[in-house]
Amino acid sequence: MPHLYRILTLIRKELQGLLQDRQSRMLLIMPVLLQLAVFPFASTLEVKNNTLAVFNEDAGAESIELIQRLSRAGAFTRMLVVRDEPALARTIDTQRALLVLRFPPGFSRDVAAGRPAVIQAMLDGRRSNSGQIALGYVRQILQGYLNDRNAAQGRASPAQITVRHWFNPNLDYVRHIVPSLVAIITTISTLTVTSLSVAREREHGTFDQLLVSPLTPGMIMVGKTVPAVIVAMAQGSVILAAGVFIYHIPFQGSLALLYGSMLCYILALAGFGLLNSSICATQQQAFLGAFSFIMPAVLLSGFPSPVENMPLWLQWLDWFNPLRHFIVIVKGVFVKDMGFAVLWHSLWPLLVIAAVTLALADWMFRRRIA
Amino acid sequence: MKLRASFRRLRALSRKETLQILRDPSSNIIAFLLPVIMLFIFGYGISLDSTGLRVGLVLEDSGPEARHFADSLYGSPYLRVSTGRNRQEMGQAMTAGRVRGFVVVPEDFAEKLNRPGTTAPLLVITDGGEPNTANFVENYVRSAFELWLSQRALERGEAPAASVSIEPRFWFNPTAESRNYLIPGSITIIMTVIGALLTSLVVAREWERGTMEALLASPVTRAELLLSKLLPYYALGIISLFICVAVAVWLLGVPFRGSLLALWLTGSLFLGSALGLGLLLSTATRNQFNAAQAALNAAFLPAVILSGFIYEIRSMPPIIQAVTYLVPARYFVSAMQTLFQAGDVWPALWPSLVFLAVAGLFFIALTALKTRRRLD
Repeated sequence: MPHLYRILTLIRKELQGLLQDRQSRMLLIMPVLLQLAVFPFASTLEVKNNTLAVFNEDAGAESIELIQRLSRAGAFTRMLVVRDEPALARTIDTQRALLVLRFPPGFSRDVAAGRPAVIQAMLDGRRSNSGQIALGYVRQILQGYLNDRNAAQGRASPAQITVRHWFNPNLDYVRHIVPSLVAIITTISTLTVTSLSVAREREHGTFDQLLVSPLTPGMIMVGKTVPAVIVAMAQGSVILAAGVFIYHIPFQGSLALLYGSMLCYILALAGFGLLNSSICATQQQAFLGAFSFIMPAVLLSGFPSPVENMPLWLQWLDWFNPLRHFIVIVKGVFVKDMGFAVLWHSLWPLLVIAAVTLALADWMFRRRIA
Repeated sequence: MKLRASFRRLRALSRKETLQILRDPSSNIIAFLLPVIMLFIFGYGISLDSTGLRVGLVLEDSGPEARHFADSLYGSPYLRVSTGRNRQEMGQAMTAGRVRGFVVVPEDFAEKLNRPGTTAPLLVITDGGEPNTANFVENYVRSAFELWLSQRALERGEAPAASVSIEPRFWFNPTAESRNYLIPGSITIIMTVIGALLTSLVVAREWERGTMEALLASPVTRAELLLSKLLPYYALGIISLFICVAVAVWLLGVPFRGSLLALWLTGSLFLGSALGLGLLLSTATRNQFNAAQAALNAAFLPAVILSGFIYEIRSMPPIIQAVTYLVPARYFVSAMQTLFQAGDVWPALWPSLVFLAVAGLFFIALTALKTRRRLD
């Protein structure tokens, strides 16, 4: 019991340090709220409000009908008419339009005669992802137009595709971003809190006081880990609640599974943080160390772009990135109702990483003290 | 005489600053090693090019027509198709993330296909948890489907229905590789880290340890003090910028079509604004931890999210779009993408350069003001 009491006292002291003054409390809360307000709207790969430019060298009815259909589509809110080639080049050079469609002379005549007709699409290679998605929209509109035209002539298409997007019928980016944000925010807070805790004590010289107290190195480690767990879980819960109540994302899975995995994840990260903290001599080094970990971890987590797009060797290397596994879990439980059997594939790597990093941190901790 | 003396002081102060940078391993790592590592991460790790998308196929009808359609999926260079026994199995594979979508050919496919007056249904189900990938699954399956339809009509000797194809041409980036625009954009992030994050930490330390008061009490003028902080980090940033461009061009194979002069000008103006912001934050907070946190939120995160380097600014809500006009990184990303892919297109570059210059001057002037106020 006295051991437990001592650890509890240390935890209380750590939490007081984190929450003592107004500025520190603001720094724990404000960034979370800020990111919650900006991220879901800003970090989208959707293609909306774009400008479509048209260079029509054709004089017939078919191209005009098609252009009218395009201008009614939601993906393009502005339509720009280009009259000659230099204007076309200027439009793309200065990024005034994402996409220029060029109807060649005789386009309508070819369509009417049943000859294959070609539309040229000039896209801005500086934004090729958006360009490809916009091109997909244009293709769908074109296909709709062709189907209607053929049906009017009594030649309906013999087959048709119906597309269903599971878990997210309208391909709403918020359902991709908010669960990922839960994972990213817990990453940032766990790492900064654990990284800076020991480094700060060392820089201020209070670490020696801690060492001459009756606390063992193991107890100090627990005392430094638990506050990080509390802060990270609280911040994660804020995002989770905002996702459900403000962004109206239906929570599909089991809360117990989510929080259980979150605990494993935070422990895996706390291992990294304490290891970093026990190696660094100053707060600056600890902060830069945490930053150098967070950056690649977030970028390679599968949040900005899917893991399967990476080359194979990097996918294997990325196995050691705990965020990559945790993002699969949060998204799976949040929007896909992932069960334990599937979740386990992502959970056991977290347990392995947690065991390795905590053991390393413990070893480093004792070595630096001795 | 006065001018010469101030030049000597400036040189001495800059020398001290440079020595401090070179002595600290953490700032060396941030300035020279991290950029290279990050470029490789951006070069290989971040890719929006979904080639070889894993999709499933459930053939509930296994007749010749259905298999013919399946062949068109197998033939697509963008899809890696695996077959499953039924919808449940594929649904589970998609929940687990093993496939990003699947195509179902229903039992009555061939029957409806050949009966006049009916339309044969095909079902495409995608993983909406990954919206961008879902879009690509849909587009690729659709184009395989259109191809199959026209081939089928041709083979059956039917008079071709009206057909219009789109011939896409990606200017500046003919193979539409996302790496070619992500790497120029990612240099922005690296410059922000060096400019804003590093300066905010190191100058705040000077305040925290009380050495800044000592400096202010010496005959050093404000201009000399600010310049001595700016110049060494400016040099660090410019060296880092040229390392980044060299790595991007020679190791990652990203084409660079602009001139070195335009690159230097753009980089200098952006560094001016980033360094200015870092100095301002450190002067305002006077505390290392808080300055670093503030720099993370005021410089780094906007550079990632609001600069348009991954996320399209035009797709954001109007309020957030308005905010992006105040983010220097936005202008730098746009200028870098133009320099790399299009070359020295001055009409596209000028507006960005002017804004960066104004932002830099604004932050530095504000810092100068703050520094004086502290002295009173």
